[in-house]
Amino acid sequence: MTTLVVNLLIFVMAAFLGTELIRHVTRLLHTPLMSLTNAISSISVVAALIVMTEPKNSLVLLLAVVAVALATTNIVSGYWITERILRMFRRQKETK
Amino acid sequence: MNASLVQYPYFLAIVLFVLSLKWMSEVKTSRRGNWAATAAMIIAIIATLLAFRTQRIDLLIVAFIVGTVIGAPIALKLPMAAVPQRTAMSHAFGSLAVALVGAADYYQRVPNIDTLTLSILSAEMILGFLTFTGSCIAFAKLQGLISGLPLVYRGRIVASLSSLGIAVALAVYLVLNPLQGFILPIMAGFALLFGFLLVMAIGGADMPTVIAILNSYAGISAAALGIVLDNKLLIVAGSLDGASGFFLALSMSKAMNRSFTNVLFGGVGATVTKGGGAAAVVRTTQSYEVEDVAAVLDNARSVVIAPGYGMAVSHAQYVAKELADILQGRGIDVKYGIHPVAGRMPGHMNVLLAEAQVPYDQLWEMDRINSLFPETDVVIVVGANDVTNPAAKTKPDSPLYGMPILEVNKARTVVFIKRSLNPGFSRVDNELFYLPNTMMVFGDAKKVLTELIASMKKG
Repeated sequence: MTTLVVNLLIFVMAAFLGTELIRHVTRLLHTPLMSLTNAISSISVVAALIVMTEPKNSLVLLLAVVAVALATTNIVSGYWITERILRMFRRQKETK
Repeated sequence: MNASLVQYPYFLAIVLFVLSLKWMSEVKTSRRGNWAATAAMIIAIIATLLAFRTQRIDLLIVAFIVGTVIGAPIALKLPMAAVPQRTAMSHAFGSLAVALVGAADYYQRVPNIDTLTLSILSAEMILGFLTFTGSCIAFAKLQGLISGLPLVYRGRIVASLSSLGIAVALAVYLVLNPLQGFILPIMAGFALLFGFLLVMAIGGADMPTVIAILNSYAGISAAALGIVLDNKLLIVAGSLDGASGFFLALSMSKAMNRSFTNVLFGGVGATVTKGGGAAAVVRTTQSYEVEDVAAVLDNARSVVIAPGYGMAVSHAQYVAKELADILQGRGIDVKYGIHPVAGRMPGHMNVLLAEAQVPYDQLWEMDRINSLFPETDVVIVVGANDVTNPAAKTKPDSPLYGMPILEVNKARTVVFIKRSLNPGFSRVDNELFYLPNTMMVFGDAKKVLTELIASMKKG
């Protein structure tokens, strides 16, 4: 039970921290921010890997493997696209 | 590495994720932010693989390869104009992954699953599955596979809320009877149906808010999984993502002066405009040719370009930049005025203009540019509409009333490039069209701007 309370506390604290951090992100970068946080949310791949450790039956294994593939797609494309977008942002003096 | 040692790399990953968002706050450090998050992800995956050794490394490699084979071409070839739909698609992938892991975890634990764990898992699965279909529909709408107009029918709110209600009821049943595993796919089915109905009823212009909300759901689901698995890394990363999506959604709906509920269930653009047809007062607009615009620009000292979704549709950002270059070559001050909800996702216009190599210090946010309009000679509106409608300030009965707008009407001359007199997404007539200082130029944005440039070079 205490583990749950600690975890909920971490969740709430991280949410506050996240809001404060995002509040300071310039509107200019809201699109790359979203593609970055989308890649970050693919951290669920970690959960899939843990469930895959000792899968009880092939259904569990199948679901976890599909989840790993889906999350990998997002990880690969998410960071890459974010990098491509960010590279386009230039100041006036840098373009001339 | 054993399961307790894994906490150290996880801690490092958490710190890097937090720093990455911190570094995303400004352009200068943003790429470092992206690299920090990438490093965090790689550390997290390697540490997990070392700590929790799976017996089926073969399947895992297949999954990694499949993911990379699908993801890499998207990452490499995606045109910038398609970033909103790719974001929707990745929300679909991410949320389906989370939902499937939730289901896998249920089947793994059952019958030894306690009420609390199953409650969180069920909620997480419902959220994941509804986000999946919701994001698929958002993708289809943005990609133009289906109409961007909201699907409106009598009782649509009842239909979508009851599908959610049934999903929740089934979840409660499952929590009370954890061994009734057959309930899970049915519950998933109703959650999928809810996501589908919900986003079908939402129109294209509300996509910035919708995409942000779906972004947030994917993060919250990941954090919920973290709570179930007692994995701090998942909790923090998921929660950061959830907070980010939620904040962006709030900021978007604030920029439209609408509540979440209104975005989700309001169906703006769904109602047929009152008094259309015969009852409408015939009002005249002044239609001009590009030569007239060229003449006005000859005498201008300051120009603001106000882009909207129409610019994205006609890929006019490159010609807009070309025009800006010509004007600047003549010593005219050029800025771009960006409304927060212009386009189909938060920050959409900035990315398109950056793609056309517009320096970002020329991109001015709404609040900053609004104070400059009274001293601006010419505003060129390229594919924006509702976000410039003065009715939002002056007409309390307008559906747009209260929405912050780009106050382009305060400029000396407004050049409004528009395909036709059709109202914008909100189906509200734009007051701006009828103002004496507005020059309407009809035609496709890219075509008009190209002709304008040709005319300016001639003259």
